Amino acid sequence: MDSAVASLLAAFVLSILGLFAFIWSLRKGLLVENPRAASVIFARGEIGRADDPALGESGHEALQAQVARLERPAEATDAAQVHDRIEADRSSAFPVFLFIAFACLWLLVGSLAGVIASIKLHEPDWLVDAAWLTFGRMRTVHLNAVIYGFASNGCLAVIVWLLPRLLRTPLRGASWAMLGGAFVNAGVAAGIGAIASGWSDGMEFLEIPWQIDIFVFAGFAMIILPALFTLAKRKVEHLYVSVWYFGASLFWIAVLFLVANLPGVHYGVQQATTNWWYGHNALGLWFTPVSIGAIYYFLPKIIGRPIRSYNLSLLGFWTLAFFYPQVGAHHLIGGPVPGWLTTLSIVQSVMMVIPVIAFTINQGGTLRGRMHLARWSPTLRFMMFGGLMYLASSVEGSLEALRSVNAVAHFTHFTVAHAHLGMYAFVSMVLFGAVYFMLPRVLAREWPYPRLIDVHFWLAAIGILVYVVGLSIGGWLQGLAMLDASRPFIESVTLTMPWLQLRSLAGTAMTIGHFVFVGHVLAMALGVGPQRSGAARFWDPAGRLAHGK
Amino acid sequence: MENEAKLAAGAAVSLGIATAALVVLPYLQVRDVEPPARLKPYTEAQQRGRQVYIANGCVYCHSQQPRDRNLAPDAERGWGRPSVPADYSYDRPHLLGTMRTGPDLLNIGARQPSADWHLGHLYQPRAYVGESNMPAYPFLFVRRERARDDDRVVSLPPGVAPAGQVVVATREALDLVEYLLSLDRTYPILPTASAATE
Repeated sequence: MDSAVASLLAAFVLSILGLFAFIWSLRKGLLVENPRAASVIFARGEIGRADDPALGESGHEALQAQVARLERPAEATDAAQVHDRIEADRSSAFPVFLFIAFACLWLLVGSLAGVIASIKLHEPDWLVDAAWLTFGRMRTVHLNAVIYGFASNGCLAVIVWLLPRLLRTPLRGASWAMLGGAFVNAGVAAGIGAIASGWSDGMEFLEIPWQIDIFVFAGFAMIILPALFTLAKRKVEHLYVSVWYFGASLFWIAVLFLVANLPGVHYGVQQATTNWWYGHNALGLWFTPVSIGAIYYFLPKIIGRPIRSYNLSLLGFWTLAFFYPQVGAHHLIGGPVPGWLTTLSIVQSVMMVIPVIAFTINQGGTLRGRMHLARWSPTLRFMMFGGLMYLASSVEGSLEALRSVNAVAHFTHFTVAHAHLGMYAFVSMVLFGAVYFMLPRVLAREWPYPRLIDVHFWLAAIGILVYVVGLSIGGWLQGLAMLDASRPFIESVTLTMPWLQLRSLAGTAMTIGHFVFVGHVLAMALGVGPQRSGAARFWDPAGRLAHGK
Repeated sequence: MENEAKLAAGAAVSLGIATAALVVLPYLQVRDVEPPARLKPYTEAQQRGRQVYIANGCVYCHSQQPRDRNLAPDAERGWGRPSVPADYSYDRPHLLGTMRTGPDLLNIGARQPSADWHLGHLYQPRAYVGESNMPAYPFLFVRRERARDDDRVVSLPPGVAPAGQVVVATREALDLVEYLLSLDRTYPILPTASAATE
């Protein structure tokens, strides 16, 4: 037990240090608000102007009318600064489109594999004759396609598109981003093929064989270069908080991926801790920071209002950076690993409440009195939903790490529901919203069928809520049944059946939503559908400023 | 906050601390753990079977880590004593697992030592456990009119094999069963060894 005491002591010392940091920040005046830094995402005169490129002209006017009731722009928009942004967007358009296109492809592959795997859990004699269709492989194809295919490409698109905007300079080294993207996606394709054919490294989140991982790692490493080049040429004094999140996450994912996949180093129990150090950090240090960074940009930009507390966002960044990386061992509570390790992870899991609350207060304050704008802006709807689900999944995650809760939830579908709450309801919804915002700028074209955005939103939102709630209930009942020695094990299997069927239904709804989304992207890219010009157009093809913004 | 150096240093330090705690320290702590005398390295066939286990994703439904009595009734279910790091001395990659859609398998070889049962159960789990949702693995078997000399014919409950045919295990199925039967960590562990894990 003494190791548990030691880790509690360490946590105590940490909180004392935190207190000192707090006192220090008071003395340095860091708690005095810094609206100038928060406004860095706006051109002069843009505050009070709504911006949702997903909207058509009339939609944009309606949104602007709502915003104008609350806040009016003080001055005319600075044309030179907007021009800088146009140049920034133009420089990144091609690589961003590449990442979005790959994300769409993997989204469909991953969704179909997910639905097949889900159905197999309640129809175990369906599609059993081909090895590549067996549950263990389909589930893994699903995971790798959505994690490394869809979500990682989506994150890279967001980073590559936003960095030039935030640094007010064209993207440098775009060809490195594209070469890196080609490597990552070639690796993902080869990895998924390998898994389907039965060649796997055998660890969750690390199934792609290490020989193929070399390509994926090389791709990630190459994409760091344009970020560095662009950073070096930046024209802003201040690095907005999103840049912090993006820069750190690019570095983190490259290191994580490299260390976790080193062949021949890890084995046995130590490999299990490394596995979950990686598994949880892929979420915590890659998808989460990129999604948070995206919300910190898009949400204030859409409603034309800087975030309320810039310092709170920095507090959120550093607490996330120091607490999140240590939570992974909560996947091994009760397992054959050193006790101090799981205790440390439990403590840090609970500490994660701090960055989450900091984020939520900040977004809540920024949106105060403006929640209704989501009715007019589809992009805002995705961002708000994602932000709210970040709160939900993080609080649930902190609770789930507690030993008493973990004893029930561990080893059950409850964990699966939790993972989807984080990766889908939070990360994926933010990425969808980001694509709806970015693509009209990237292609200099409007969404041809704005109604489809609503269809996608409701299919995804209702689908994931039914998925998470249903599967959480089923998983919890499963856990209770397993803990009751008087009930035979098979009872914990049979009682989950209706919930697994409900999950297949919800997953199918989400998948239909994805087809709507990808079809819409395709129609837009190919120029199918009604051609309109107007508010959403940022510049016309000749490069002149169009109206809107 | 406008300094990239601060960002890079902070990001490196935070990840460094976590790597030290979750990767390096466990490495140092279990590096010197001796394999138990009665735990044998996997034979070649068992190792091949382990690869079949990995290839088909058995780990996504079956854990290999019985928990302590005060946490879960794993011992009552016959899954064995709580496992210790030494039990995994020969495991590359580890297959601890995070799901129990099916039961824990760390001691399945001791609990169910019949190769015939395992072969038949892999061919059609529902012939043995009616409400099981484990996938059937017919692709690990071939069906023939008549068995050849060196065929391992799977003895199945009546009505499970296709009419007029025999079900023969492939090399993969036999290897997999070899591996499952090798899963036996029922040997006692000295209290000092288990104390390290609390």
